[in-house]
Amino acid sequence: MLSLLDLTDLEAGATSYRAMPETSAIDLLLSADPALMAIVRLSLTVSLIAAACAALVGVPFGALLALTRFPGRQAVIVVLNALMGLPPVVVGLAIYLLLSRSGPLGSFGLLFTPQAMIVAQAVLVTPIIAALARQTIEDLWIEYRDELAAMNVGPLRRVVTLIRDARFSLVTALLAGFGRAAAEVGAVMIVGGNIDGFTRTMTTAIALETSKGDLPLAISLGLVLIALVVIINAVAWTLRRLDEQLTG
Amino acid sequence: MPTGRDLLIASLILLANVAAATAQDQSIVVASTTSTQDSGLFNHILPIFKARTGITVKVIAQGTGQALDTGRRGDVDVVFVHARPQEEKFVAEGFGVKRFPVMYNDFVLIGPKSDPAGIGGTKDIVAALKTIKAEGAPFISRGDRSGTHAAELALWKLAGIDVAGADRGPWYKEIGQGMGAALNTAAAADAYVLSDRGTWISFKNRGDLGIAVAGDQRLFNQYGVTLVNLTKHPHVKKDLGEAFIDWLTSPQGQGAIADYKIDGQQLFFPNATVPGA
Amino acid sequence: MRDTVSNTPIRFDHVSLLARQFAILDRISLELAADAITVLIGPNGAGKSTLLRLAMGLVQPTSGRITWGGRPDVPPTRRAFMFQRPTMLRRSAAGNIRYALAAAGCPRARRAERVAELLDLVGLNHLASRPARRLSGGEQQRLALARALARDPDVLFLDEPTASLDPAATKAIEDLIAAVAARGIRIVMATHDLGEARRLGRSVVLMHRGRIVEHAPAGQFFAAPQTPEAARFMAGDLLV
Repeated sequence: MLSLLDLTDLEAGATSYRAMPETSAIDLLLSADPALMAIVRLSLTVSLIAAACAALVGVPFGALLALTRFPGRQAVIVVLNALMGLPPVVVGLAIYLLLSRSGPLGSFGLLFTPQAMIVAQAVLVTPIIAALARQTIEDLWIEYRDELAAMNVGPLRRVVTLIRDARFSLVTALLAGFGRAAAEVGAVMIVGGNIDGFTRTMTTAIALETSKGDLPLAISLGLVLIALVVIINAVAWTLRRLDEQLTG
Repeated sequence: MPTGRDLLIASLILLANVAAATAQDQSIVVASTTSTQDSGLFNHILPIFKARTGITVKVIAQGTGQALDTGRRGDVDVVFVHARPQEEKFVAEGFGVKRFPVMYNDFVLIGPKSDPAGIGGTKDIVAALKTIKAEGAPFISRGDRSGTHAAELALWKLAGIDVAGADRGPWYKEIGQGMGAALNTAAAADAYVLSDRGTWISFKNRGDLGIAVAGDQRLFNQYGVTLVNLTKHPHVKKDLGEAFIDWLTSPQGQGAIADYKIDGQQLFFPNATVPGA
Repeated sequence: MRDTVSNTPIRFDHVSLLARQFAILDRISLELAADAITVLIGPNGAGKSTLLRLAMGLVQPTSGRITWGGRPDVPPTRRAFMFQRPTMLRRSAAGNIRYALAAAGCPRARRAERVAELLDLVGLNHLASRPARRLSGGEQQRLALARALARDPDVLFLDEPTASLDPAATKAIEDLIAAVAARGIRIVMATHDLGEARRLGRSVVLMHRGRIVEHAPAGQFFAAPQTPEAARFMAGDLLV
């Protein structure tokens, strides 16, 4: 019977997995096994860059949406909020079809590379950051509107002021985006191909090792992933506290 | 908190790495099957190939059907799968240049040691399948157009059982996933499942499962390798791909394949030189 | 570059503001000339806030014309506004004033000096680095006044500045208003509080239902109101 928690029931002396020795989850973590570290590093790099790109697009777009009025604006907001729930595997499939050699962007040869994974995750995460940015900035704009008008603040300065004064909430949105990216498996699996040593992230490695029945390794990766999620949340919480203290 | 400047620098470094890597990119992408990857064969032979030629082989592991489709789309340079009729169709359609046999392994029927279907040590796979159907014993199918799935369906056909139609029932469960997942499911459900020997030997989560039937000639599983056709997809790395295929079928490559053992057991038997393989 | 166009007198010429057929302001004609403190009084919904906002230039009239110093469309560079419940920016007290100075075009080199002056004027020096949102109601109102003065205005609009304050804080604000007026800054303020109108007002404008009922120098208005509404209002009746 499958028992995820039964770490003691390890069959010793089976195959070696690349350079990773057959040891328990904790040993792999504590010895900072190089193959494991490479996987963690790739995961963090891909998701961080994806979140950063998503923020570069999402924050200005969210700010623009918050501060302008145009016909159909409400519809755009509804769609943007809905896109927060884009299933990662669907995004992966769409990007795959775009980047495939038989697809429109095939000549870039980006499929099955970390770059493709960054693109897919950036697409996945941009609506999240944009929607949260819009909400945050709109809320702050409602608060600030009268005063900024009375101080005769022009449109560009308004945007800068709102983004600056809302920076803690915006960083929290960025962390939410990063967390979503780091935890997903569908998009990176499809566009990355889970290639050993090149496009294998924590999540795709967990999926692979679980399907191979190699649970100790899957669990150690899972622990790292959970630790990452906890750290992200702790940072977000700390930022909110800081915000309160510094700005009231 | 990384500053905007830090992120910019990181992005530029990443881009530079991409540029550098693409400039002297001695690598190919090969679509192969999950069972081949799960067996650990690539971890053994690819470093040897790289040491000899400096070429990095990146393996995408999918079901055979999916791997061939990836080849049709031109997203890989070489396909290395185990379903001869489908491979020959791939070449006939013009997507592949030529199919070369590489090695074979065998399938084994895995089942609970308690033997609920009462197969009892027969060496006849067709008889065993008939017994399983008759007893309504649970059977897990990969259901994913893989080479293993194709082989399984061929065996049911030999046994005269129509699992897709007339003989459908709750005893036959299609999970649409790879070999490892199928074995996991069989272990959890005390069911029978057809597996390639390589994956079975390296599979660690066996539960109460063991080999029920092995050694029948009809369980023979042949692997072939094909270069994706340059005329359909001009970007394919023909020279590097051919180097890989040449090596796989060369005495050194064939020897590396034969050397791969788990628990002292050889998993794959090279037969590139056997005519008609 | 500081704009030397004068904002006064502020003249309303048959100004109306309509919102969906309802007249918030109904053909107002009014001149606010250059004498110290004008107080707007009247019941809720009379249109006091709206008139102040029009005079500031925050809102455009539906019909009619507003001129500042005889000219239409004068930018609000030398005008300032204080809201009834001012919004504190998410910065320190000094930071809020610095922001107002920057928005008003104060050269960077002078800002530190001006921040110190203004904090001193409103008595908030000891709270310079406190986050503005954590100041008390009275302190926030004083900071809002400092922010408004940061614009170096020649006319200052105040919308019921002491409505939500306790008596001590009210007195502090009223003293400041008097001090500001003494410096030559023209003040137009709306108030609920007849006592405050008496204490501060040099001229009084009584509004009711979007119209000007009476406009007179304070002494005259309080001693001998000309209109029946004014008399009733002063007597404490509800003007409906």
